[in-house]
Amino acid sequence: MFYRESGDFKTSYVQDQQIFPILQDRVFVAVVIAFAFLVVPFLINDYWEKSVLLPVLIWSLAAIGLNILTGYCGQVSLGTGGFMAVGAYASYKFTTAFPELNLFIVVLLSGGVTAMVGILFGLPSLRIKGFYLAVATLASQFFLVWLFNKVPWFYNYSASGQINAPERLIAGITITGPNAPPWATYLFCLIFVVVLALIAKNLTRGRFGRSWMAIRDMDIAAEIIGVAPLKAKLSAFSISSFYIGIAGALFFLVYLGAVEPTEAFGIDKSFLVLFMIIIGGLGSILGSFIGAAFMFLMPVLIKNIMVNGLGWSPDIVAHLIFMIVGGLIMFFLIVEPHGLAQLWRIAKEKLRLWPFPH
Amino acid sequence: MTPDILNTIEVILNGLMTGVMYSLVALGFVLIFKASGIFNYAQGVMALFAALTLVGFQTGQIPFSHLINEIFGTHVHNWGPGLNSVLAILLTILVMILFAWLVEKLLLQYLVNQEPIILFMATIGLAFFMEGLGDLMWGADIKTLDVGIPSGGSFWWEDVTRTWVSEGYEYYGMYIDLLDVWAAGIAVLLVTILTLFSQYTKTGRALRAVADDHQAALTVGISLRSIWVIVWSIAGFVALVAGIMWGSKSGVQFSLSLIALKALPVLILGGFTSIPGAIIGGLIIGVGEKLFEFWIGPLVGGATENWFAYVLALFFLMFRPQGLFGERIIERV
Amino acid sequence: MKFTKLLTSLALSMSVAGVAYSDLVIPSLEYRTGPYAPNGIHFADGYADYFTLLNERDGGIGGVPVRFLPCETAYNTEKGVECYESTKGEGSLVYQPLSTGITYQLIPKATADGIPVHSMGYGRTSAANGKVFSHIFNYPGTYWDAASIIVKHILDQEGGDLNGKSIALVYHNSAYGKEPIRTLEELSKKHGYDLTLIAVDHPGQEQKSQWLQIRRERPDYVMMWGWGVMNQVAIQEAANIRYPMENFIGVWWSASENDVIPVGQGAHGYKAIAMHGVGDDYPLYDDLRKYVLDAGKAAGDGSNLGKVLYNRGLYAAMLAAEAIRTAQGISGNADITSEQMRDGMEALSIDAARLAELGLPNFGPPIQVTCENHGGPGLGAIQQWDANTQSWSLITDFAGADREVVDALIAEDSAAFAAENNITPRGC
Repeated sequence: MFYRESGDFKTSYVQDQQIFPILQDRVFVAVVIAFAFLVVPFLINDYWEKSVLLPVLIWSLAAIGLNILTGYCGQVSLGTGGFMAVGAYASYKFTTAFPELNLFIVVLLSGGVTAMVGILFGLPSLRIKGFYLAVATLASQFFLVWLFNKVPWFYNYSASGQINAPERLIAGITITGPNAPPWATYLFCLIFVVVLALIAKNLTRGRFGRSWMAIRDMDIAAEIIGVAPLKAKLSAFSISSFYIGIAGALFFLVYLGAVEPTEAFGIDKSFLVLFMIIIGGLGSILGSFIGAAFMFLMPVLIKNIMVNGLGWSPDIVAHLIFMIVGGLIMFFLIVEPHGLAQLWRIAKEKLRLWPFPH
Repeated sequence: MTPDILNTIEVILNGLMTGVMYSLVALGFVLIFKASGIFNYAQGVMALFAALTLVGFQTGQIPFSHLINEIFGTHVHNWGPGLNSVLAILLTILVMILFAWLVEKLLLQYLVNQEPIILFMATIGLAFFMEGLGDLMWGADIKTLDVGIPSGGSFWWEDVTRTWVSEGYEYYGMYIDLLDVWAAGIAVLLVTILTLFSQYTKTGRALRAVADDHQAALTVGISLRSIWVIVWSIAGFVALVAGIMWGSKSGVQFSLSLIALKALPVLILGGFTSIPGAIIGGLIIGVGEKLFEFWIGPLVGGATENWFAYVLALFFLMFRPQGLFGERIIERV
Repeated sequence: MKFTKLLTSLALSMSVAGVAYSDLVIPSLEYRTGPYAPNGIHFADGYADYFTLLNERDGGIGGVPVRFLPCETAYNTEKGVECYESTKGEGSLVYQPLSTGITYQLIPKATADGIPVHSMGYGRTSAANGKVFSHIFNYPGTYWDAASIIVKHILDQEGGDLNGKSIALVYHNSAYGKEPIRTLEELSKKHGYDLTLIAVDHPGQEQKSQWLQIRRERPDYVMMWGWGVMNQVAIQEAANIRYPMENFIGVWWSASENDVIPVGQGAHGYKAIAMHGVGDDYPLYDDLRKYVLDAGKAAGDGSNLGKVLYNRGLYAAMLAAEAIRTAQGISGNADITSEQMRDGMEALSIDAARLAELGLPNFGPPIQVTCENHGGPGLGAIQQWDANTQSWSLITDFAGADREVVDALIAEDSAAFAAENNITPRGC
């Protein structure tokens, strides 16, 4: 009754083309963003920062990145872990080589470097398609991780090959390193996530997004109606890698602070992000957030309930978590193959008609 | 011949053998992909699960004993001294058939006609589930698997090859692992049986019909669902074979499920839909990565095999985007 | 998503309730799942059982019961961070993550939070320099000690001269596996042996190339820095190529029953360095059976008692308990804080008499930790596997490392860390 577009008259093109055409949506999103910026920083503690909010924000960003490539442009990629590693190592090199450089610029530059690497590894997509491409992108995953593990220049010749985020400040506030206050790291990530998510949303609605979707739906047909596959695919690869690189930089600089390429950016990370976007919803920015939250928080939630709440032994719970998460994935796919975002979309449709569905 | 040449031959030979081991895993992927268009991510976990079950039967473990003990406070571990290998293998095959039936009943029948990526995701859910289930059923500790396959270097081959070297060189003879030879033999047997089965039996023909065209197969009265149960059972059996061969090498433990990663380049190189492709792809990958490690590895610091397999596969794909033996991708607008 | 968060917070608030009473909180970041579970289970069982024993037999340490908080990490860094963050608020005394990745995570974080980390024979070797790493301990020995002791053992075997000999290092291609390389390179300059480095990528199921290389080059000795499935495969391949097993020496993480039993008879004679005694022939085990196992309170199924990694978990727990006792003595306060725990660890001193008193006579070398030396005595013995009796036995006494080489390296690496992180080494 209340949630509908009728009565919400648009009198200009600008209004007609806004991201959220329904008033309630706009209010809801504004409230969520205001809450995230104005309320959460005052409530946050170390546990919420390191175990819940930072990882979810960062994984969401990586998921948006992969969603641009896989969900919108239809190019399945399993190189996410490798590209995150590029972002992380680029940020490490930038911030240790130029200690005075502002962290925002460091992170953006790392994204830029990753975008270039992404274009390079995106070249095979012009010829290889579908699952063949997915497995081909694994080449980049394994090669990049091997490279960072092998070439001492990348880890500044440290004895063990680990990289550590040095302490860096913005306007006198510590952002990286162990002494950074939770609210600062959280806000730092949140700014990137909100801005980049809005940009992504707009990109996918615009010329780029439409050309990607045309390629996704049928590339030959798209080519015939004048979408250049080279431009569309490579732009998707570069923009997607830009997002993933920023996620990797934040993952290293702000979240973990010390990483080793084989463990932190292994193949399981590539799979994890892919699971996130499929569970969340391919071709949906909201889905990226839902998927990241589901895949990351579900195990933590189950663990907290079962181990701390019910007092079961942690190893049995760890096995059960695998079974429950696996079972839930299968269940959701049977109920709604197009991801959790689709469930949300259907709920909205129902709400629009409620209480007079006919 | 100089030792250098002999060493190269040795590397190639061992590469071929390793390739066969990869192919064993890749075969399971191909079978399921061919019949149902599903890229079965759970294949590696199936190998682990099959091997765990086999060891469980062999040693007489009680399934879920850890869970039972936790809930009821009991101390049960074993129900007896265990079964002999043949019986245990037969029972494990039965378990894998039951598993295939359950997968079809509870998962696949609801996902008919979905996009490939959705089916792929469903098998990921399945993999997660089986990972937890396997550990919960049989415990996460490492288990020794021995079904009587010999292993270790072959003395005979060492002696034979030692005589090949030219005068004046010191040479130790060539190395070949008996387990690998057995694996190669079993792989040949497996492929022969699978080929005969699909060529000369009624079910086999039905399998090929389904692989060609689901809808047409349905219209001539082939039950898609029973075909899927059969295919998943066969894939379960292949997983068991792979699990036995790899498990004999390293013991049965979680890492066994990671062998799937070594099968992926084999799969793309050979093509997703071709059984001979899986074998030949495996051989090419095996030889390629071993030779690269032998020649180039020392120059760049080694441990190149993981990525080189993929790069090699990528290289082949640039020329044949559907893999060496894959069905030609025809696109119409 | 909202609902999820609500539930998480609900579950959290439940977990935080009940901190009020006095107890000693020992978190255990363990892994009973994932690729390294077989090893993690043994260690975690030993770690848990010792504290259970103290609670059951003595009513805790110094009269204060131990509250044991297990948390599953699956050897995954992010899960380890989650475990750390969720348990640190409970007043955790010391963290022992049994993972290189998680240790590196915790080094800056735990230092900032004032909680000590005990990476017993793993983690960052240069943390042995207590001047730079105030809260990190890695006694009784480090990787560099281990590498040096193994080389010493080889020296003994060869009659004191390694000129022209060759040693190969088979290592896990990660931060952990790369640790000994610098030391071995330094030692090779000193003793004149050839060093061949052979990397194995995670997980290490396929090592044919590496062992063919060893077979071709016939190094006189092979050392191994492996973990998980890599160990079994390496020992299997070594047996396959009939490499003389008594010349194959692993680090203490490549030296458990898990690694040799699957190989069967072929593993006979395999050697490894040990930081503590083997088997269950110690008086403490009688108590363990009586108070823990027979009472049905064991963490595992009880089949792991006396295994190498179980003993290591036990040893780790014993060292932590002794540090708590020391801390209680220093502070005069039974319910100690994590900072007092740190002081206790720094003042830890265990001699042979104390070990015998604990029911573990000659289980390990005497340990003396000081403000500048967090690495302990750096002693190790060599243990050898007997496939016929399925048991390990120590074949040498505990011997020290080449301190001249190792200490110089520790000083150099910790100075680099201090410079990178703007740490001023404290005076001791």
